[in-house]
Amino acid sequence: MREKVAIGSAAAAAALLAYNLYQMFMVLPDEALQGAIYRILFFHAPAAMVGMVGYFVALTFSVLYLTGKNFLYDSLAASVVEVSLVFSVINLVTGSLWGRIIWGIWWTWDARLTSALVCVLIFFGYLMMRRAVDEPTQRARLSSALCIFGCVDVIIVYKSIDWFRTQHPGPVLDFRTGGGKMDPAMANIFWLNFLAILLMAIALVLVRTRQEATAREIDSLRRLAHTAA
Amino acid sequence: MRTVKHALLIARKDLAVELRTKESINAAGAFAIVILLLFSFAFDPGSEEVREIGGGLLWLVFAFAGALVFNRSFARELPNDCLDTLLASPLSAASLLVGKALANFIMLLAMELVSIVVFGIFFNVNWTVHIGELSLVFACATWGISILGAVFGALTVNLRLRELMLPIIIYPLLIPLLIAAIELTKVLLSNQPMTPGDFLWAKILIVFDVVFTALALVLADTILVN
Repeated sequence: MREKVAIGSAAAAAALLAYNLYQMFMVLPDEALQGAIYRILFFHAPAAMVGMVGYFVALTFSVLYLTGKNFLYDSLAASVVEVSLVFSVINLVTGSLWGRIIWGIWWTWDARLTSALVCVLIFFGYLMMRRAVDEPTQRARLSSALCIFGCVDVIIVYKSIDWFRTQHPGPVLDFRTGGGKMDPAMANIFWLNFLAILLMAIALVLVRTRQEATAREIDSLRRLAHTAA
Repeated sequence: MRTVKHALLIARKDLAVELRTKESINAAGAFAIVILLLFSFAFDPGSEEVREIGGGLLWLVFAFAGALVFNRSFARELPNDCLDTLLASPLSAASLLVGKALANFIMLLAMELVSIVVFGIFFNVNWTVHIGELSLVFACATWGISILGAVFGALTVNLRLRELMLPIIIYPLLIPLLIAAIELTKVLLSNQPMTPGDFLWAKILIVFDVVFTALALVLADTILVN
């Protein structure tokens, strides 16, 4: 069942991406002020949103593991963190490319960018810690605790829009501004691309969860063989 | 009340051990002075700029030297199964964690006091002008570092490459607290008036302490499982 969902998500994501790429490059005009580079926003912002939401999904799975002690939740949490980390890095890289063209700089230490980088470092530490622990129960327990602490920092990232003056552009999405500043045609493709990236993330998470579960099974068989020997 | 009493007991024990051996405090203090010495080569010690960057210099020193303190916090309990004994005792996990954090807090404050005196001498900075406000900033920020140091010291105590893992995990989490402490220290050292933006940093410092202390207390049993 999980495999079918993964394949279905991947196929839907591929189809949507193909349609969106056609729309972005062949139908939509260049943006009035930014020119062609604005198209990076269709990947930059959805990657950021999927990354950030992913960390909270991992938080939920971590709490579920701590309460239920079911290793499936630990596998899910680890997979979601890994995929979210990838999309967060995509967010930083695409943002950096956009910034180079529009602002003339690769990086600036404003609050949102810095906090996004901090998130990447925290969850990179999460993955490193998982590799440093061999015993599955201890690994799951420690990872869950670290994920909960790490997600508090994600909240600071989100609130940084409201708390600090920032060089990063202000929000342009309808639900943030109440009125929206993005052209409706662009907004449609934006949300479709967000859906495509979300489906891609779901497919990747399901594949990684299966890999985690299989790795744990192999590890337990090795331990059993070692004990029997 | 019982948790507080037990936490004070643990803190007293750790401080008694530390006073006898002086292993963490000597190492942290010496390391802090070495970093200040290195900074004197990186930046012109006599320049006016030092007041601008003084906050950053100090908190980098405290963060790096502090790692030596909280690295030892739970590691010193490993020989002779002392950690297992503590966990098996009637002491709650929360009291053990808070006690360790309290001991770290006092040791870090001692190291910071020595460091800021040396900093004032090396870089010709008068840090006593706003000593009351500076003390508050140091206390709040140091508590944040101490509680996170205790939590992650406990989390990483049995990991291989513990000394490497602990800084990699803890420093990104400390960044919001360090930024707030640096900004406030910079304002106080350069004798500038506090602006509304500066009070926001103070709020962030307090919120950080409250949130992470609460999280540590809630997750204490998860972190310190025997």
